[in-house]
Amino acid sequence: MPLKLEAKNLNFFYGNEQVLFNNNLPVEEKKITAVIGPSGCGKSTFLRVCNRIFELYRNQRAEGELLLDGVNVLLPEVDVLELRRNVGMIFQKPTPFPMSVFDNVAYPLKLHFKLSRRETFDRVEQALRGASLWDEVKDKLKTSGLALSGGQQQRLCIARAIAAEPEVLLMDEPTSALDPLATSKIEELMVELKKRFTIMVVTHNMQQAARISDATAFFYKGVIVEHGTTTKIFTNPANRKTEEYITGRFG
Amino acid sequence: MQKKKLFWRKLANHIFRFFSLLAVLLATTAMLVIVTHVIRAGSKALSLNFFLNPSKPYGMPDSGIANALLGSIMITLGAALLATPPAICAGICLSEFRDRPKITAALRFSANVMMGMPSVLVGLFVYTLIVVPSGHFSGLAGSVALAIIMFPVVMRTTEDMLDMVPYALREASLAIGMTRTHTTLRIVCRSARKGLITGILLALARVSGETAPLLFTALFADSWPKDYFSGPTPNMPVLITEYSTNSPFAAMHQAGWGAALVITVLVLTLNIGTRIMFREKRHAT
Repeated sequence: MPLKLEAKNLNFFYGNEQVLFNNNLPVEEKKITAVIGPSGCGKSTFLRVCNRIFELYRNQRAEGELLLDGVNVLLPEVDVLELRRNVGMIFQKPTPFPMSVFDNVAYPLKLHFKLSRRETFDRVEQALRGASLWDEVKDKLKTSGLALSGGQQQRLCIARAIAAEPEVLLMDEPTSALDPLATSKIEELMVELKKRFTIMVVTHNMQQAARISDATAFFYKGVIVEHGTTTKIFTNPANRKTEEYITGRFG
Repeated sequence: MQKKKLFWRKLANHIFRFFSLLAVLLATTAMLVIVTHVIRAGSKALSLNFFLNPSKPYGMPDSGIANALLGSIMITLGAALLATPPAICAGICLSEFRDRPKITAALRFSANVMMGMPSVLVGLFVYTLIVVPSGHFSGLAGSVALAIIMFPVVMRTTEDMLDMVPYALREASLAIGMTRTHTTLRIVCRSARKGLITGILLALARVSGETAPLLFTALFADSWPKDYFSGPTPNMPVLITEYSTNSPFAAMHQAGWGAALVITVLVLTLNIGTRIMFREKRHAT
């Protein structure tokens, strides 16, 4: 199986405090990798290294290697804007921009590609279809993205992310702010999306990880305790901590 | 013993509540007394001529406030044009460069100093800086003085409004490959635009009644405000001051009250209108 992403001896610091310790994690292409672990164990931090969004904060720093198609993206010469076009991110709370549904999706297109109006429209439609949102919004493309329901807003953000045609999608607890119905829609969508994208998802929901992911990584106190196929991690974990966590004994 | 303690605590509670209510009553009564008095004394002066005619020298009939009203509008709008762009930029700097504490601390400190500065000092400062070297009073000098007073107010509201934009939105914008400048201007400021406009309008309402700085800069003239750049420019606050303190004529006292009523109504309308128009509508999330 080809590797899309690979962390090698990845360390991460908030100021002087180290929060990720020698993380090694291979992420396979066009699979869903679930990142699980108790709160504060570094799951989100790991995701935030993958698109270098942590660089927004001056005192945060990553060391080691994070390979995307074999290239270490943590090197300063890697163009961070290009990296972020390649590695999209979905946040816990939906983050539609204060503009129309159409413009929300057209925004990254205008940013990264030179397209005619016709092409832009087609790509927006494609992205909205890809996020299973088109049928619900095709008649209100001009209304504000903020007027949609929470689940719709989250799918709008997914549409916005995939419009830039990334290769990797990072999802940081994408369903934890949504009701069960909206959650199952997003989960179905993720399974559909993995045909085209490599997905890493942070989740606190064990069932969700078991339902949709192909591989799972268990983080504990900044260390990747165990990683492997989801079936293996959930049925026959090698580490006691992993077993205790997935069976709900702590976390 | 227990009961006695409770009695004192309840009594203290009542006393405190009494004084709180008294304070509220005092504040609102003061406001009401001022407004009703201005309305009563000022309404007698109002007539069509009062609004259409320019002011005239002491003792002449059919004097009005049209020139002062126009001059005031020019001076305050000029102040807004001068103050707003740098104040918004400074506000953005305060909010978006949070990780550079030295720059923001210096900026915030100087803004606080400026906000506490008596407006008469600002007038004097602009007098020595612009009026004396140029050799004449001018509406523009008035605008500069008012702009100096507006600047820190707009800057701080800009900062507050931008702070209210969730950090996740900035991250979301950066995460699709936008630059920081793009993110700030297109996403953050856009999210906060209602608040930004409100801040500017409220600052405008706040300075439109300032008198002291205009005494040193725009001064006054019984003519139309055609010398905005080069000569004394009529305006409402100085007209009110002149008419009510420097004139022996009862008719002018009355005109002063009339002008006070007009400016009160204008400022209140601007203030209340802004608050109603730009009240945040909550979107369901």
